[in-house]
Amino acid sequence: MAKPHKHTLSVNGTKQVVFVDDDTEPLLYVLRNQLGLKGPKFGCGVAQCGCCTVLIDGVITRSCVTKMSALADGAEITTLDGLGSAEQPHPLQQAFIEEQAGQCAYCSNAMIMGALGFLEGRANAGNRAVPSEDEIKQFLSGQSTTPPFVYLCRCGSHPRIVRAIQHAAQGMVH
Amino acid sequence: MARTMSRRQFVSRAGTLAVAFSFAPALTRGFPVEVKAAGRPADMAIDSWLVIGPDNSVTIYSGKVDLGTGVQTALTQIVAEELYLTIDQISFVQGDTSQTSGDRGYTAGSQTIQTEGPTLRIAAATAFQALLGLASQQLGVPVEKLTAQNGQIAITNNPDSACTYGKLIGHQQIQLSSDPNVAVKDPAAHTVVGQSLPRVDLPDKFMAKFPFMQDLTIHGMLHGRVVRPTGRNATFVSLDDSALSAIPGFVQVVQQGNFVGVVATDEWAAIQAAKALMVNWQQGAPLIAEADLPQTLRDPANIYQTAAAEIAAGNVDDALSGASTTLEAEYFTPFQMHASIGPSCGLADVRHKPDPITGIQATVWSGTQGVYPLQGAIAELLGIPTAAVRVIYVEAAGCYGHNGADDAAADAALLSQAVGKPVRVQWMRQDEHGWEPLGPPMAHTLRGGLDSHSRVVAWDHTVWTPSHSGRPSGDQGNLLAGQAIGALPPALGSQARTGGRNQPVNYGFANKQQIEYSVANYAMAAGATTSPLIYSYLRTSSLRSLGGFSNSFANESFMDELAIKADIDPFVFRMSYLSDARALAVMQAMADQAGLSGSKPPAQSGMLSGRGISYLQYENNLAYVAAAAEVQVNPTTGAVQVTRVVVAHDCGQIINPDGLMHQIEGNIIQGVSRTLKEQVTFDEHGVTSVLWAPNTFFPGTPHYSILNFTEVPTVEVVLIDQPTLDPLGAGEPTIEAVPAAIGNAIYNAAGIRLRTIPFTPDRVLAALANHTS
Repeated sequence: MAKPHKHTLSVNGTKQVVFVDDDTEPLLYVLRNQLGLKGPKFGCGVAQCGCCTVLIDGVITRSCVTKMSALADGAEITTLDGLGSAEQPHPLQQAFIEEQAGQCAYCSNAMIMGALGFLEGRANAGNRAVPSEDEIKQFLSGQSTTPPFVYLCRCGSHPRIVRAIQHAAQGMVH
Repeated sequence: MARTMSRRQFVSRAGTLAVAFSFAPALTRGFPVEVKAAGRPADMAIDSWLVIGPDNSVTIYSGKVDLGTGVQTALTQIVAEELYLTIDQISFVQGDTSQTSGDRGYTAGSQTIQTEGPTLRIAAATAFQALLGLASQQLGVPVEKLTAQNGQIAITNNPDSACTYGKLIGHQQIQLSSDPNVAVKDPAAHTVVGQSLPRVDLPDKFMAKFPFMQDLTIHGMLHGRVVRPTGRNATFVSLDDSALSAIPGFVQVVQQGNFVGVVATDEWAAIQAAKALMVNWQQGAPLIAEADLPQTLRDPANIYQTAAAEIAAGNVDDALSGASTTLEAEYFTPFQMHASIGPSCGLADVRHKPDPITGIQATVWSGTQGVYPLQGAIAELLGIPTAAVRVIYVEAAGCYGHNGADDAAADAALLSQAVGKPVRVQWMRQDEHGWEPLGPPMAHTLRGGLDSHSRVVAWDHTVWTPSHSGRPSGDQGNLLAGQAIGALPPALGSQARTGGRNQPVNYGFANKQQIEYSVANYAMAAGATTSPLIYSYLRTSSLRSLGGFSNSFANESFMDELAIKADIDPFVFRMSYLSDARALAVMQAMADQAGLSGSKPPAQSGMLSGRGISYLQYENNLAYVAAAAEVQVNPTTGAVQVTRVVVAHDCGQIINPDGLMHQIEGNIIQGVSRTLKEQVTFDEHGVTSVLWAPNTFFPGTPHYSILNFTEVPTVEVVLIDQPTLDPLGAGEPTIEAVPAAIGNAIYNAAGIRLRTIPFTPDRVLAALANHTS
C-alpha cells in the first residue's frame, strides 16, 4: 500500500517526490533516510542544538521539529550536501577548511548552514557589512534571532568557527 | 574507503613490505630485524602492521582508533617523515577486529600521540632501513652513498638511479619485525613533523561526505529504539503493545528481562512505536538524594576501598601539629556528562548462525573507544564465542571518554539477535543525557600547614569518589543492555585508585600525602552472579581526565588559599616549590603572555574583575600546563564571564602545532563549560536533566547546558616545543588546569572562594552575601 502523504520538494535544486505514512514525521528523517543526505544530523530532536539545520526557501529551519505537513508544495530545501564540493567548495566550506574549524566536526552542518542563513538573511535585508565577531557569537547563541536558535559545539572549536564565518563573509557579501 | 581485503591477505601479498609491531610498549622491545620470505615474524604479540605496497602507498592496520581529535593526521606525519613520503600516500585501517589484531586497549587517556607516535616512528624507520638495504643491493653501492627523496632512493647525486619503493620491493614478499634500536631521522632534518598540516578528515566533514557512525546504513537495515525503565533500579512488570500494530512499519517488540525495545522498518515508526508502547515498571530502591551530596560520599558505610598515592613524603600529621598556621578546605565536583553533540548510535547484524567461511555471526559497528573489549562484551551478551563477533569502529561525534557508544551498540545487538535482521539504534537525546555513563562526583578535603616563615610544611589531600572505570572490558555486565538482562558488573574493588589522577602535587613539600576513598555506587548480594543489582548512585565511568579535573581543581584552589594565607603572590608562591626546569619554563611563559606582572584586567562597567592561575603536570610525570584566567563577576546577578584564558603548554616534541593548539583550545573551552555550567541533576529514580535547555516540548524538564558562543573566552596558547624529546599526549592535561584558574580569578575579583563546581550565579550570590555580611 502506497504511503498516503505525497510531497513534492526541491532539494538542493533537484525535484524530489516523497511519500510518508505519517505527515507529522519530521523533515530530518525524510532527508536522511529517504533521500540519503548526510548533512543534516540528529542531535536533540527538539531544536536545541542546530545539528539538523537546513534552509527552506532561504529560511533557517530546524528540520528535526519541522513536520512534513508544514512544508509547502515545491518548498526549496538547501542542505550542506548541496552546498559545494571538494573541487568547488562554497566560501563557507573553504573558510572552515582554512580555519580548521571543527574537531569532531559533527556540529559543522549546524555551523555552516546556520551561518549561510545568517549571512544571506543579512544580505537580503540590505545589510552587506561583514558581521563583527560579537554579532556572529550572538547569532550562534540565539540572542539575535526569532526563534532563538542556539548552535552547540562540544569540542571547543568556537573561536575557529567564528573566524571561519567572518572570513567567509568577507568573500560572500561583496 | 571500503577495503575488502583482509589483513592476512594484505600482508602476505607479493610485492609488499610489511613491518609487524605492537602498540603494547613492552612488546616492542627485543625483536631484531629479520627478513623472512613469508609467514609470521618472530613469535611476538603483534597488534599492528605497516605495509608498503607496489605503488609506494603505506597502509597502517591498527587496533587503535581516532576519536575525532585529528590525531590520525599527526600520526600520519610521523610515518611520512621517516619514509620520505607525503601524507596523502598513507592511510589507516583501524579498529576492526577482523582486520587488526591482538590489542586489548582503548583510545583514551590522552595517550595516543605519546604511546603510538614513537612506536609508529620505529616501525616506519624499520621499513625505511630495509628499503635502504634493498637499494644498496640493487644499486650496488653502500647505504652511505644513497639518498632518499619523495618515495624514491637514489645514488647520491645520481637522480637517474632513483628507484621507487615499489620497484625495490619488486615481487618479493617481505615481512619484518619492528626494530626498537633502528636509526630514526634526526629531528633537525624533519620537514613533515612539526608542520601544521591541515586535518585529512575535515574537508569531507564540511562537504557532508564523511559518514559518521550516525550516518551509517547497511542493506536491509531496520531501526530500533529502546524503551528505558522509569528508574535506575526499576524492574519490568508487563507491557501493552496494542497500539503498535496501527503504526505502519512497526515490526516487533523485544523484551528480555528489563530490556525493552521496538523494531520498525522506518526510523520515525520506531520512534512512534517506542512512544506508544505502554510498559509497567516497578520502581526499585531509591538513589541517594542529590541534595545529600557530597556528605554521603564521605559516609564510611559507602566506602569499599582505601588507597594511598605513591607520591608522598614525610609525616603529614606530625608536620601539621607542628605548623604555625593550618588551613583546611572542602571541595566538590558533581556528576557531569560527556554530552556528545551527536547521541550515540550502534548498528548490528546478528545472524542465526555463523558465516561458514568467516565464522562471524555478529557484526557490530560502533564509535567505541575499544573494539576488542566491546567484542568480548557483545559476545557474552549474545551468548556466542568472541571469535564469532566482529566489531568495526566507525567514527562518531566526539565522545571525550566512555559515553553511550558501547551501550548503543549492545542495544542494537540484542535487537538484531531478536529479529534476525540488521538493526540500527540511534539514541535519542534523552537516552544520551539520561543514561550515558557519567563522570563521577568527587568530594575533597585539603589540609595544609605553614611554618613561621610562611613555608608549606604539610599538604594532605583526601578524595572520595565512585569509580572512574566502567568500560566494557569484555564483560556484558558493564553494558546497559547486559545489566538489563540480568548480568552484573565486576565486583567493586577490582580496580584501584580510579579517581587518583593528579591527586598528588609536584610541589616540593617536605610532608605530603594523598588518600583516595572509593565509594560504592552499586551493590549486589555477596557472591551473587545474577540480579538484583541495586544502584545507590548513577552509573559512572571515564570522563575526560578522569579524577584529574576535580583533583586539580581542589589542589590548585587550595594552593591559592595557602598563598593568600601566607600573603605571598600566588605565582611567586608556586614557583618557590617548583624546581623542574620545564615546569618553571611553562609557568614563566604563561606569566609573560598573561601579563601577570601588570595590574588586574580592567573591570567592565558594574563588574568586578580578577585573574587567577593554576599549574599542573599531567599524571605527575607527563605534559606541563600553566594557565591564567581572567573573569568579570557581576555582583548583582552573580554571573561569571570568563573573558580570557592563557595557557602555556609543554608536551615534548610537537608533531602538528595547529592540531595541538586546537586540542588545547578545546580543553580550555570544555573546561570553562564544566566549571561554570555543568551539573547532572537527578531524583530518586534517575537523571532528570535530559535536555540542553528549557523547552516547550518538555515543560518543566531540567536541563544540562554547555557553554554557548557568547560565553566562550578569548583563548591564547603558548606552545613550548621540545624537538629532541618524545611527544606526550595533549588530549586532557589542559582541562585540569581550567577550574582552579577560574575559581582563583573569582577570588581575586570578588574576595569569594568557590569550592563547589559549577560556579553558578546562585553560588556566587550566596558567597557574596556571606562575604559582606
